[in-house]
Amino acid sequence: MRTPITWLRRNLVVIAGLGTLAYLILPNVVVTVFSFNNPTGRFNYAWQEFSLDAWKDPCGVADLCGSLSLSLQIAVWATIGATVLGTAIAFAMVRYRFRGRGTVNSLIFLPMAMPEIVMAASLLALFLNMGIQLGFWTILIAHIMFCLSFVVAAVKARVLSMDPRLEEAARDLYAGPAQTFLRVTLPIAAPGIAAGALLSFALSFDDFIITNFNSGNTVTFPMFVWGSAQRGTPVQINVIGTAMFVIAVLVVLAGQTIGNRRKKAQPK
Amino acid sequence: MTAVAAPPEAAAPTEPPVHKPSVRKRLVPYWLLLPGILWLLVFFVLPMVYQASTSVQTGSLEEGFKVTWHFQTYWDALTEYVPQFLRSLLYAGTATVLCLLLGYPLAYLIAFKAGRWRNLLLVLVIAPFFTSFLIRTLAWKTILADGGPVVAVLGKVGFLDVTSWLGVTEGDRVLATPLAVVCGLTYNFLPFMILPLYTSLERIDTRLHEAAGDLYARPATVFRKVTFPLSMPGVVSGTLLTFIPASGDYVNAELLGSADTRMIGNVIQSQYLRILDYPTAAALSFILMAIVLIMVTIYIRRAGTEDLV
Amino acid sequence: MTDNTAGGDVRLAGISKHYGSFTAVHPLDLTIPQGSFFALLGASGCGKTTTLRMIAGLEEPSTGTVSLGDREVTHLPPYKRPVNTVFQSYALFPHLNIYENVAFGLRRRGVKSVKKQVDDMLELVQLGQFAERKPHQLSGGQQQRVAVARALINHPQVLLLDEPLGALDLKLRRQMQLELKRIQTEVGITFVHVTHDQEEAMTMADTVAVMNGGRVEQLGAPAELYENPKTTFVANFLGTSNLIEAEVLESGSDDVVVSSAGAKLRLPAGRCSTTPQAGGKLLVGVRPEKISLVHADEEDTIAAGRNKITGTIADSSFIGVSTQFVIDSPVCPELEVYVQNIERDARLTPGARVVLHWNPDHTFGLDAAQAIDAGIETVEESA
Repeated sequence: MRTPITWLRRNLVVIAGLGTLAYLILPNVVVTVFSFNNPTGRFNYAWQEFSLDAWKDPCGVADLCGSLSLSLQIAVWATIGATVLGTAIAFAMVRYRFRGRGTVNSLIFLPMAMPEIVMAASLLALFLNMGIQLGFWTILIAHIMFCLSFVVAAVKARVLSMDPRLEEAARDLYAGPAQTFLRVTLPIAAPGIAAGALLSFALSFDDFIITNFNSGNTVTFPMFVWGSAQRGTPVQINVIGTAMFVIAVLVVLAGQTIGNRRKKAQPK
Repeated sequence: MTAVAAPPEAAAPTEPPVHKPSVRKRLVPYWLLLPGILWLLVFFVLPMVYQASTSVQTGSLEEGFKVTWHFQTYWDALTEYVPQFLRSLLYAGTATVLCLLLGYPLAYLIAFKAGRWRNLLLVLVIAPFFTSFLIRTLAWKTILADGGPVVAVLGKVGFLDVTSWLGVTEGDRVLATPLAVVCGLTYNFLPFMILPLYTSLERIDTRLHEAAGDLYARPATVFRKVTFPLSMPGVVSGTLLTFIPASGDYVNAELLGSADTRMIGNVIQSQYLRILDYPTAAALSFILMAIVLIMVTIYIRRAGTEDLV
Repeated sequence: MTDNTAGGDVRLAGISKHYGSFTAVHPLDLTIPQGSFFALLGASGCGKTTTLRMIAGLEEPSTGTVSLGDREVTHLPPYKRPVNTVFQSYALFPHLNIYENVAFGLRRRGVKSVKKQVDDMLELVQLGQFAERKPHQLSGGQQQRVAVARALINHPQVLLLDEPLGALDLKLRRQMQLELKRIQTEVGITFVHVTHDQEEAMTMADTVAVMNGGRVEQLGAPAELYENPKTTFVANFLGTSNLIEAEVLESGSDDVVVSSAGAKLRLPAGRCSTTPQAGGKLLVGVRPEKISLVHADEEDTIAAGRNKITGTIADSSFIGVSTQFVIDSPVCPELEVYVQNIERDARLTPGARVVLHWNPDHTFGLDAAQAIDAGIETVEESA
């Protein structure tokens, strides 16, 4: 009995899942399509006519590419900072016994369990009270702070699944503590560290709320988009949004192809 | 062949020396923890202290603020902004439920049915992150534009009549209504629901499904009795990762909503950055934090999962 | 081993290990002669692995000293000891290929040209063509050989093996046992082997130390341990023993005579691990394969002077080379008897009345003050 109804029932999950996927992807499609728009007014919300103008001149809007480069710089430094600090914490928590373990655990968990606006507001309270000039450094400090917990979570998961005997084997084979760490621990923990770093980069690059509170007059890319939502949205922000999306997909797909090729070499 | 279990010299059974691990070794974890923990103490905990002090100050921007232990601010802030608090919790809660309902089928699809498409689907879930979420949220302005195709279809099928009756849309408009804000919130936090769900579903051994089927469970029962319970860790962390940020969000309400859809995040943001009434803003964010932490704690206890990190 | 003064002996003097209030290893003195194949045998949690790890330097002893030859190494970290380990489940570095895994130790010690040594070592373990593979691309047996090669290439004074064959199936395990034994004879390095498999220990080792509860119960050559167990634990853990509770009637200088449920049994005084007192208790043991079985009708064919017990066959299982009987007797509720399948007596079926008899010289005596079933359950658990 292959009636349309049984077919529908069988494939309900697939249909619902693809529906959700469409919901997720639709805005990106709109962003891409509207990057070829030639709007008449200041806002790029209604379709007018096809144009390549924005793609030919992505930096044609004042401050846009400056804000993009600032966001990238902050994301890179925040990633480095959070990855180094977070990896050290993750190793300490998995590989050592120490006093105050529970407290440390809560301290790591809390930033993830708190609405971003609460952290944003309290950091502003700190900076205002201490008379610290808002700008690049306050943004960077804030980004490292909230990325840290995510790095700890990612690295911890990886180190937990790592056989401690591998490090013992290295020490047994004449590798001192530094050599053991560099030659064995680090390469094996690398995927976890990379995942944490990637997450940090994405979170920092796209952060708006905390930056909104602690940036002063400094304009990151999300701040620029926020401002343009009030003053008028140039087509160029769609161009940059589309380009970031395409680059991300290509990078991930390239990474996976390499991974697959490695896997294929192994008979399983 | 006599490997002797050498009896200790009968004359001197002296106590062998007792060895203790060196102090340097015991300090290693503290050195590893120090920089990161210090960072969190100075830029996470200390700010909370400053905010607490700000919340009990009085004064004005011109004359400066002083700590006067003015707890009245809390009461005033809470009573004045009850609607915004309730709206935040309602919108965030609705968005979380919608995320779960929408996200579960997709996570299930990726985990069990996608086959060789699995990686591509995962990339499609994650990749939108890289287009700034503000740009994507603005795209909803286009999608839900008055008189646009989406709104026209929703009106034709009578969906808007239902939502108008429920009071979440007005007439032919979707933009600037609660529906648009919830739609934006759901959209923005959906990947935070899907990824943890996928992670816990993916760990389930598919032979469990076969075993349950073998033991006379119908597909629906298999899901209810085996799959869903085993995916609980993902459900718990997914709902938390959705609800917590959604409850403090102000971007969606600002871009897609109107003055009638202001959430508590909007209030805190404008108090801090526009009106510059720091004590009220600080009190509001503490109240929000308290509400969220209490709800999260109760939820985690009820769900029985402690290891979320 | 005749040369006990050789420079390469492993000497453990009074070493022990506590974790909080739990004592994993009680103070232990042990000398492992250079060039020997030494096995530490016991069930899981008996302290054998902890002992091994203290020799490797991966665990610092709570008390006592570890020496290699004349050199005390108690506080030397593992990377400064001339000792290498073959780890349980091998611990091959997953991110390095086989060649780099084997070369790891040489490189860490700053050896410049490793190629010839690594190639030779891979030849020795017959893995030359796999040099470029990653560990997960090899089978369990191949991984095991890589682990051995990775340790041996450093020419350690002592090679430690921590349950090296535990992850292999039975057939492969037999093959690897012979292989390891061959390599040991070839390179002449001291091997210290930790295992819970009594058959493996007896096949491979010159000397076996049976450990139980953080102590060495007995130490000796495999045949010695099997024939003359000193405790019920050893009697039960190594193979199977029939242990009979008996009362001592006479205790002479040559022979001891005991009685149990009316049966009189004789055993050599030299094979008693305690000094039996007339009127006291003794545990009398005999291995199942030493016992002969005849139908009750033919009791008179048994030669004089042999130990005799009557009973009923409760169960029999045919396993090809032999038949294993379980005999119900007033002396002991479940006696095991293995009979070679040379001429099978068709009357020996469950329910048949039988007489068990054996040479008194094959009987051993144990102190009756210990648990009669020590070592039985532990064998089943770890098997």
